[in-house]
Amino acid sequence: MAYLRSDRVSIGIGGDRSVNLEASARAMASVVARRSYGKLLAYLAADMHDVSAAEDALAEAFAAALADWPAHGCPDNPESWLMTVARRKGIDGVRRRRSGEAAAVQLETMAQMRAECVETDDAESFPDRRLALLFACAHPAIEVAIRAPLMLQTVLGLDAKVIASAFLVSPEAMCKRLGRAKQKIREARIPFAIPERDAWRERLDGVLAAVYAAYAEGWSDPDDADLLHRDLVEEAIFLARLLVELLPQEPETLGLLAGMLYAEARRRARRNAQGEYVPFDEQDMRLWDAHMIDVMRELGGDKRLADYQPYWAARAALFARIGDRREAMHAYEMAIGLARDPAVRRFLQRRQEEVEARSSPLG
Amino acid sequence: MQYLLMLFSDETAWGRMSSAEQQRGVAAYQAYTEALKEAGAWVGSNRLQNTNTATTVRVADGKSQVLDGPYADSKEQLAGYYLIEAADLDAALAWAARCPGASHGTIEVRPVWPTYGATASASASAATAA
Repeated sequence: MAYLRSDRVSIGIGGDRSVNLEASARAMASVVARRSYGKLLAYLAADMHDVSAAEDALAEAFAAALADWPAHGCPDNPESWLMTVARRKGIDGVRRRRSGEAAAVQLETMAQMRAECVETDDAESFPDRRLALLFACAHPAIEVAIRAPLMLQTVLGLDAKVIASAFLVSPEAMCKRLGRAKQKIREARIPFAIPERDAWRERLDGVLAAVYAAYAEGWSDPDDADLLHRDLVEEAIFLARLLVELLPQEPETLGLLAGMLYAEARRRARRNAQGEYVPFDEQDMRLWDAHMIDVMRELGGDKRLADYQPYWAARAALFARIGDRREAMHAYEMAIGLARDPAVRRFLQRRQEEVEARSSPLG
Repeated sequence: MQYLLMLFSDETAWGRMSSAEQQRGVAAYQAYTEALKEAGAWVGSNRLQNTNTATTVRVADGKSQVLDGPYADSKEQLAGYYLIEAADLDAALAWAARCPGASHGTIEVRPVWPTYGATASASASAATAA
């Protein structure tokens, strides 16, 4: 499915109108795929209770769009258009694959879900089920090692090949294991739901790991030119925000978001004109994103992060670098107090002393 | 959606229990069965005799081979089952965790192939037909 997202936007040149229509339809499909793939898939998968069938239906809908849009123009709300077509393809698929009673049962649950989704022209007309899908992928009934790859493929639309290389597995083996996991979700009926609080802990770790893996995959892009990778970063930050919103009591989600913003704020300073990596202490701070640092600063007062050590350590380093001594000293104090590992504590104490020495009149 | 809860436990443990312990055990299973019935989740359940009563059958080249003993020798044996109706895997797992068998053994939860067991009435009519 990732080919949809990595499709380059190509605008036709020349006077041929059909070429232009074709090109703008492709461009629109590509934009929608990048913007909404995960959301569309999550909704369809929950709707059909079948991740692979939802992937097939969505792929068919995109193929239909590429055939229809050049002829009839791009619809005002391409997401709704795709959703409608994908559902129809999905229903056809259920009829094809299952027979008799089993098909009736599945079609009935699909109809029930349909009722809660009001048909409007609003792009937000269907609920965002991405988190529910993430939690289904992180279910303890799914093999531990395949949870993060599964989340990356379903919610972020990452190609199995890319995932395989990230997890050092052959593409064939990765495809097979992803297929098995999706089959388990379907046949054992693993629910697409955000679990009760007492079941969060174990599953949340998996979800956070996948979000962070997506961010890391986006981060690794050397020249900022790859749209797919840029989107992964944005998507990871978006999902982290969504998690923070939905699970307001969890410090880990806020810590992850803060950590990603902290890294993201320095994106433009990370490499020099030659594309070489610039160490943190030598980065040009004027290239840092002041807005994201402000967000970081605001997060500092958040009670939920009071006991979250990695956050304070990252915050301390950032404020030390931008020369906010007061904030840096406070953050180091918090990080040192929360550090359980003596080696980490010693390291942080040394860094704190450096900040103190640097800012004293004699230093 | 139906799930089969397969109760595995050490079948020799029962014989080592005092009669008071056995009575408590039976009462716990009765209460569990009652709870399933009240929730409308119970489809069927049975306790099995020990594996020393088991016989396996396999047909090869048109001839049936009958052997004494269970299919697999293991530390814990299949001791009984519950067939339940549950909305999804989480609901089934929650029922499995409440089963007394989860505290003295292991419960394997398996979804039933939907074509043949989607509803209780379907399995009932299949049973009548057979």
